[in-house]
Amino acid sequence: MIILPNILILLTALLVVFFQGAFEGIRNLLGAQVDLLPALMVYAALTSGPVMMLTLAVFSGLMFDSLSVNPLGISVLPLLLIGFLLQLRRDLLLRDQIYAQFTLGLIASALAPVMTILTLLTLEQSPLLGWASLWQWIVMSIGGGVATPIFFLMFDRLNHALGYQPVIESSFRADREIRRGRN
Amino acid sequence: MFCPARPAHDEQMFKRPYYIALAIVVLLILLVLNLPGRTTARLKTSLGSVFLPLFGMAGSTQQVAARAGDNLLPKSELIKANEALRRQNEQLRLQVAQTSHLAGENERFRQLLGWQKQSRWNVKLARVILRDPANWWRTVQIDLGSRNGLSNNLPVLSPDGFLIGRVSSVSLTKSQVVLIGDPNCKVPALVENEARNQGIISGGGPLDSSFVNLTKLASNANVKPGQRVVTSQLSAIYPPGILIGLIADNARPVESVPISEADVKLAANLSSLEEVWVLFP
Repeated sequence: MIILPNILILLTALLVVFFQGAFEGIRNLLGAQVDLLPALMVYAALTSGPVMMLTLAVFSGLMFDSLSVNPLGISVLPLLLIGFLLQLRRDLLLRDQIYAQFTLGLIASALAPVMTILTLLTLEQSPLLGWASLWQWIVMSIGGGVATPIFFLMFDRLNHALGYQPVIESSFRADREIRRGRN
Repeated sequence: MFCPARPAHDEQMFKRPYYIALAIVVLLILLVLNLPGRTTARLKTSLGSVFLPLFGMAGSTQQVAARAGDNLLPKSELIKANEALRRQNEQLRLQVAQTSHLAGENERFRQLLGWQKQSRWNVKLARVILRDPANWWRTVQIDLGSRNGLSNNLPVLSPDGFLIGRVSSVSLTKSQVVLIGDPNCKVPALVENEARNQGIISGGGPLDSSFVNLTKLASNANVKPGQRVVTSQLSAIYPPGILIGLIADNARPVESVPISEADVKLAANLSSLEEVWVLFP
């Protein structure tokens, strides 16, 4: 388990949850707050191991629920399912392609709120739903889809900046040098 | 999107211990979901404290920005604003003197008639620090908590004095306010018309936070657009007479039950709340 990239992912999850609660710009503009955690989970599931996937699902889900009226732990299950399904098939996914990242982010961001709402209804909660929720769902899905390639780009840059640089070996070897001339 | 190659190392990714760990996590989450409400609230408070440094940073950033804005204002504008506030202050003082006289008179009449004494409500100003990150709830968090004397079910008003909700949970330093329009915030309301129709403000739409539904009105209620809707004296939480909003359309009958309902346009703008008043008995 590589520590630094994983810490960066968890830190981003914390900031993402806080920004979703503290900043109203997107909600006031589009009528829905974009949930970036499924997009982050797509990145984590495709680039990290199962331990990180589990840690991110539990950590970010609990953090999200601690700021919300959601029952504590309800956001963990959809994230866990998304991460698990992606990791099962991650060797078949072209994770480096932007359109694949967008599509996966879109599907994950569409799946997460539906699963959360279904779980809430199962727990006999009464969330605020109506026909306008469809619009919110579309905004959340597209927002998550757009955010996924951005996360890939951002973490690639961060890992490149903060990680060890690969040593570039020269093809020159002194012991194989052909010396010309008379000795 | 799919490629046929399947490297051998990725097949080994999910080994038995990982499945066991996954099952344990799911079981733990199901356990947490079934914990009693009080325990969950404590857990939420503990987990929410992780965000305290971020709240502090956001607050100080706002203060710095506000100070920078103040410094940029020209002196002439400040003098003008000061003059306007001084005049407003004088007018308000006059109004307070008049209303305190009327309140005293009202109190004496109440004593003469043997009516119950009305308790006065105190107010505390709170800053809105966070909105629910989920789209299916309508709540905000404020920066006053139990150490400031807050408790559950205290009414919350907008800076203009319109009802916006009630305190739904309290921690040491912050509280959660459930806003009108959330399914968990039901307010007994009264329409200020001749019939004084009573109803209940229930949920609103998920997109537009400025309209809510006034339901359980009498089937023959003569409710018309523009009539004021205020808190009813039947409520155990809200003091009577606080303005909620105005009727937006005529009452319409509800299918299969002998009641009618109407849309109410809220007087307070819930999407741009920065400061709120909390009422104390």
